[in-house]
Amino acid sequence: MPEMRADLDHAATTPPRPEVLEVLARWLPAANASARHLPGQDARAAVEEARERSAAALGCTPADVVFTSGGTEADNLALKGVVWAARAARRAAGDDRPVHVVTSAVEHAAVREALRWLADRGEVELDVVGPRPDGRVAVEDVLDRVRADTGLVSVMGANNETGAVNDVAALGAALRERGVPLHVDSVQCVATLDVDLEAWRADALAVSAHKIGGPQGIGVAVLRRGLDVEPLAHGGGQDRGVRSGTFPVGLIAACGEALAQAAAHRTELRARLRGLSDRLAAGVADLDGVRRTGPEDPAHRLASHVHLELDGVDGDALQLALDAEGVAASSGSACASGAGRGSSVMAAMGRPGTPLRLSLGWTTTGAEVDHAVAVLRAVVPRLRAGGPALAEGLGLRPIAPARGAGAPVAPVSGGAA
Amino acid sequence: MARVLVALSGGVDSAVAAALLVEAGHEVTGVHLRLADVPAAAVGHGCCGLDDAQDARRTAQVLGIAFYVWDLADVFRREVEDRFVAGSAAGITPNPCITCNERVKYAEVLARARALGYDALATGHHARLRRAGRPVTEPGPGAELVRAVDRAKDQSYVLHVATPDQMAATLLPVGELPKPEVRARAEALGLRVAAKPDSYDLCFVPDGDTAGWLGARLGAAPGPVVDLDGHEVGRHDGVWGVTVGQRRGLGLAGHERRFVVAVDADVRTVVVGPRDALACAWVEVAAPSWAVAAPPCDGARVRVQLRAHGVAHPATVARGAAGIRLHLDEPAHGVALGQAAVVYDAADEVCLGGGPVTAAERPAGLPLALTGARA
Repeated sequence: MPEMRADLDHAATTPPRPEVLEVLARWLPAANASARHLPGQDARAAVEEARERSAAALGCTPADVVFTSGGTEADNLALKGVVWAARAARRAAGDDRPVHVVTSAVEHAAVREALRWLADRGEVELDVVGPRPDGRVAVEDVLDRVRADTGLVSVMGANNETGAVNDVAALGAALRERGVPLHVDSVQCVATLDVDLEAWRADALAVSAHKIGGPQGIGVAVLRRGLDVEPLAHGGGQDRGVRSGTFPVGLIAACGEALAQAAAHRTELRARLRGLSDRLAAGVADLDGVRRTGPEDPAHRLASHVHLELDGVDGDALQLALDAEGVAASSGSACASGAGRGSSVMAAMGRPGTPLRLSLGWTTTGAEVDHAVAVLRAVVPRLRAGGPALAEGLGLRPIAPARGAGAPVAPVSGGAA
Repeated sequence: MARVLVALSGGVDSAVAAALLVEAGHEVTGVHLRLADVPAAAVGHGCCGLDDAQDARRTAQVLGIAFYVWDLADVFRREVEDRFVAGSAAGITPNPCITCNERVKYAEVLARARALGYDALATGHHARLRRAGRPVTEPGPGAELVRAVDRAKDQSYVLHVATPDQMAATLLPVGELPKPEVRARAEALGLRVAAKPDSYDLCFVPDGDTAGWLGARLGAAPGPVVDLDGHEVGRHDGVWGVTVGQRRGLGLAGHERRFVVAVDADVRTVVVGPRDALACAWVEVAAPSWAVAAPPCDGARVRVQLRAHGVAHPATVARGAAGIRLHLDEPAHGVALGQAAVVYDAADEVCLGGGPVTAAERPAGLPLALTGARA
């Protein structure tokens, strides 16, 4: 087991902040927040306070906030909900045409697959806009595809792999003039960018708590009041009638806390991560066959992401070698079986090399960055030369202790390993 | 202590192989090979489904070892599926499990393992390795491939393609245990695959309908079924649907027992005849591969196994310019070209090597100049 570890996969999940864990523990044993009795009212107060805190962090009103199980559900709710509502309205007017939707080729799977599913069912006529070579989606490229009858535009605020930031404020302003609603998958933005429904002139946002120091399993769909949205699942209609199911009070309260913490620390975190990610990128810049992808302008790049393209290095071997040296980073996405598979984002950008995403977060230290640089400088040339990926004497074992089948799950440990 | 990469199929044998290696103090990493592109909904078949990846992952978690999934679907399609299709179209009967061992596990996977710094690749095959008569517990040169303790489960047949060099970087821990003991060990370790059924079908044909799988790739190519005199007695949809030795499923009228005795893909003809017409006193392997440093010499007495779970026929080796001819003491029936003839020592313990049958004796007077007699 390597002594030094570097958790550089914060874009996948970032450790919960201690304040969040406190709130979670406080509200996990809550009453049913829809019950009319006093304990229920207590629980409901926690939900509504979290709603206000979330709204304040996302530039919207509390009435726009719907809590979901995470970013994927928030994306699905906005896309399917808007399309189904638009279809219903059109059908009432005798129009059965699919809804014209414009999106980008670099969206997260939660957007890409939801829209593909709608298109396969004939509910959506899909227009997919390719990225520019730096991975950004140009506003004019999107607007070129928008028609008078376009029912929805969905463009991410920042790309989960490359960290390329799109100018969604300019896009939102232009679409508002045309009367076309805009959905922004904002999952990757919240940690370091000011996510603001009003400023962006957006109509829907998707946010996930565990990318910003909240717990996994909770997120927010911001759905502007007045945007017609059909629910995905039907039931008690607890949250605004569009999201059914007992309010998970502990998760919701923790989500509100995480969003408040993210907003409070954002400026300081962005500056700190900018310095660290630049240090990381500079540390590997002179390595042969290693290029940093994404926009040149730092303003167009998430401070948290360093995305590299490596020539002549096998992704599976790279993953194993980095694990052996204690560096947690992401070399492309994984399919359901867990096998590495090519990156659709890299493919859309016309990049043939092996991707490596190093993503930083609120616990990242300079020592972690320096360790990652040292490991990459040692491992990449070795892998390319065909030499062994594993250094002598380093074990390769999971970090969590071994657990027998049916044994209790290890308790949550605070902070980064 | 060695650095060992263990291929976890998601079955009980490889799970226990990994457990035994951990117990022995090796530094073990688990890898699940995604081989066939089977639909995610295909449940519990072969080694390629999503369920199997999950079972493999859970095994690694319980054992506390690192775990990765490697997507080798492209290599598998090229080296195993495509070759199986081509061989079947040519009227021969290749064994895809052997091709997979030769061209995927002992080529791609072992090469990757070595490049990554591992000393050995371990699998859950039921076969043993011996060095100077003692069980092999550490990788290194001089290992011999020996039949499993559990003879009924022995898989040395499909491993015969390993070269001595590859064998030096192989560990086969479960071959030392009878199958019931393997399951008992898994049970004791709390591995949920302890009672998982053995897989028999080809992993890339999830529904078990091999002829249908081949038909979907090769299309219909109907032709005549003829008797030994050349008279047409029926029709077939494609030569890949039949194999030499087959009796059922030919749809022939009449009540005499007739077997497929020859297949000629070039003229799309299947020949049927009585069981006697299947008898063959020798088989030839044009390009044998040897698992031992010193292959058997001319005149050596050996045993020859012609099917994955068939008997080992006593035989004598005749070495020629074009490989080896194996003269069987008693004629064997139902030898199809392409299937592997695997050679064991006279005691039927040590696997010496072998290869696909490229020619086999057939009775004179067949209506076509085909099968073994065709040069």
